[in-house]
Amino acid sequence: MSILVDKETRVIVQGITGRDGAFHARAMKEYGTGIVGGVTPGKGGQVVGGIPVFDSVAEAVRETGADASIIFVPAVFATDALYEAIAADLGLVVCVAEGMPTLDVVRVLGYARGRRTRILGPNCPGVISPGKAELGIMPAASFRPGCVGVVSRSGTLTYELASHTGEFGQSTVVGIGGDPVIGTNFIDCLAMFERDPETRAIVLVGEIGGTDEERAAEFVKANVTKPVFGFIAGQTAPPGKRMGHAGAIISGGSGTAEEKVRAFAAAGIDVLHEPGELTDRLKARL
Amino acid sequence: MKIHEYQAKEIFKAAGIPVPRERPATSPKEALAAAEEIGLPVMVKAQVLVGGRGKAGGVKKAGSLEQVESTAGQILGMTIKGLPVRKVLVAECVDIKAEYYVGIIVDRASRLPVLMASAAGGVEIEQVARESPEKILKCQVDTGVGLLGFQARDIGMAMFRDAALARDFAGIANRLYRVFVEQDCSLIEINPLVRLGDGKLLALDAKINFDDNALFRHTTHEGLRDMGAEEPKEVEAKQAGLSYIKLDGNVGCVVNGAGLAMATMDLIKRYGGEPANFLDVGGSSSPEKMVTAMKIILGDRNVRAILVNIFGGITRCDDIAAGLVQAAQQGAIGVPVVARLTGTNAERARELLTGSKVTPAATMSEAVRKAVALAGGAR
Repeated sequence: MSILVDKETRVIVQGITGRDGAFHARAMKEYGTGIVGGVTPGKGGQVVGGIPVFDSVAEAVRETGADASIIFVPAVFATDALYEAIAADLGLVVCVAEGMPTLDVVRVLGYARGRRTRILGPNCPGVISPGKAELGIMPAASFRPGCVGVVSRSGTLTYELASHTGEFGQSTVVGIGGDPVIGTNFIDCLAMFERDPETRAIVLVGEIGGTDEERAAEFVKANVTKPVFGFIAGQTAPPGKRMGHAGAIISGGSGTAEEKVRAFAAAGIDVLHEPGELTDRLKARL
Repeated sequence: MKIHEYQAKEIFKAAGIPVPRERPATSPKEALAAAEEIGLPVMVKAQVLVGGRGKAGGVKKAGSLEQVESTAGQILGMTIKGLPVRKVLVAECVDIKAEYYVGIIVDRASRLPVLMASAAGGVEIEQVARESPEKILKCQVDTGVGLLGFQARDIGMAMFRDAALARDFAGIANRLYRVFVEQDCSLIEINPLVRLGDGKLLALDAKINFDDNALFRHTTHEGLRDMGAEEPKEVEAKQAGLSYIKLDGNVGCVVNGAGLAMATMDLIKRYGGEPANFLDVGGSSSPEKMVTAMKIILGDRNVRAILVNIFGGITRCDDIAAGLVQAAQQGAIGVPVVARLTGTNAERARELLTGSKVTPAATMSEAVRKAVALAGGAR
């Protein structure tokens, strides 16, 4: 087991004929992911790296039985690509695009409410269940199959934390994205990790901005029985400045690292002061 | 992207939200002309993109034309929280009976726009939210149907206990929401919204922040940008596809990814050093980007050592290493450099850096320790 993706997941790549789409479609397929098709309107009938291309998501789903998609189109076109994937009733859609207007994401998530599609992102590196499948852009070589679930708002910082799981490896690593409004949050992932029999411990990687970490801490306290380790980036970030990620900003004195660390500690989450501490803490708890 | 009060007021006026009679001025002479047109007395208000200008003495009343000229001259020479005042707004003095707050943001938790209002206007709303959250009235807006009449009316009734005022408030709230959506704002605020002696409501102040990600579809917004309010090096970095924020320490950092960049800064502090900056080289970095990054950091005279921390994924370590070599060739790097390069093409990167003065490090902790020591040690 693992969460979100595994060997059975059948995936289409939206924007497969673009530079990034083609590159990552090949990489994901080589990793063993069930990439069954691609979509680029107007390019149906072409083949990219052995993967058939369709004109629409609906057609691709009809022909391949796909139940998930990953979107590699630029932010300007990502909104429409998301609507199309939701309308086709896919179970999971990963949106990598960085720079989508916030109100577009709000409308897309509104459209998805009450339908069956789970959206991961936007502005996220995707998800990998090591040894099984990847839907995203994470460097697969940095992960190994195991029992630690990792969920993070960041990209490279996630790889850094995962690299310190040592002998325990990872069940699934999820990058939920650095934007202020995202489709899947910490709580969604915590609930899935708690239910997943293969996951024995969870690492929560947060950063400044918003209150998602605080709400995650409350959820952990009330609902999670597995050991949870937490790390927060941005102790030295100045207030009012956007730290790279659109969502990483301390505004009006709220969203600080201190508040989040305090919330973690109060919920019984094992707080890491640096990524390198994870290895020994896992050994002590597992 | 933030815009000035006078620019936000022009947007308000076009949308039918009542604002005082007022005009911006860039010199005491212009301020004088504005005051003559508006009629005395007037308020002279500094136009700067930071809060707290009133406390800093940037908002003053002027009762005579001489006073308008001298006050404008004084405020135009001020620097508020590091930002020079280049414009003032000359506005009519109105008869204020009460001050309120109304604003719209996108609420991250509910993933919806939220209208917020409070009878505790005039003060920082964040402070009200912290100290007495019960004083803030809120409603979530379904973007499919927009702000509904009854939602705005209900908040108006709760705030004013008067049907006519509630109706006026609902009109303003609806126009505010329309601007918020049509112009892709990340924040829109009237603080204070004032009730005048004649019973009318008026937007005494205005604040609009635009969503940076939506600027591409609003061709007029770029013209509203105040370049003088932005750190020149941050602008230069942005044009090169880098994300840079200057800080006060002496350990310069080059990192890929915003989260890892913040974590690197935090670790520098934890080991007794002080980070000189935040710098994210972004995903698909090239040697050229790396050269620009090094130039920007070396332009900061406080920097005593540079720490390069790369976890290669899309970013290739050999690109970073090639950039370091190029930067050294183009001009002496006068400070020690510590590089931790792991992930994609890390082997090739190590080969490229063999024989260079760059100090290698295997882990993030080791790299930070070495960089802090080379910058002069823990404080």
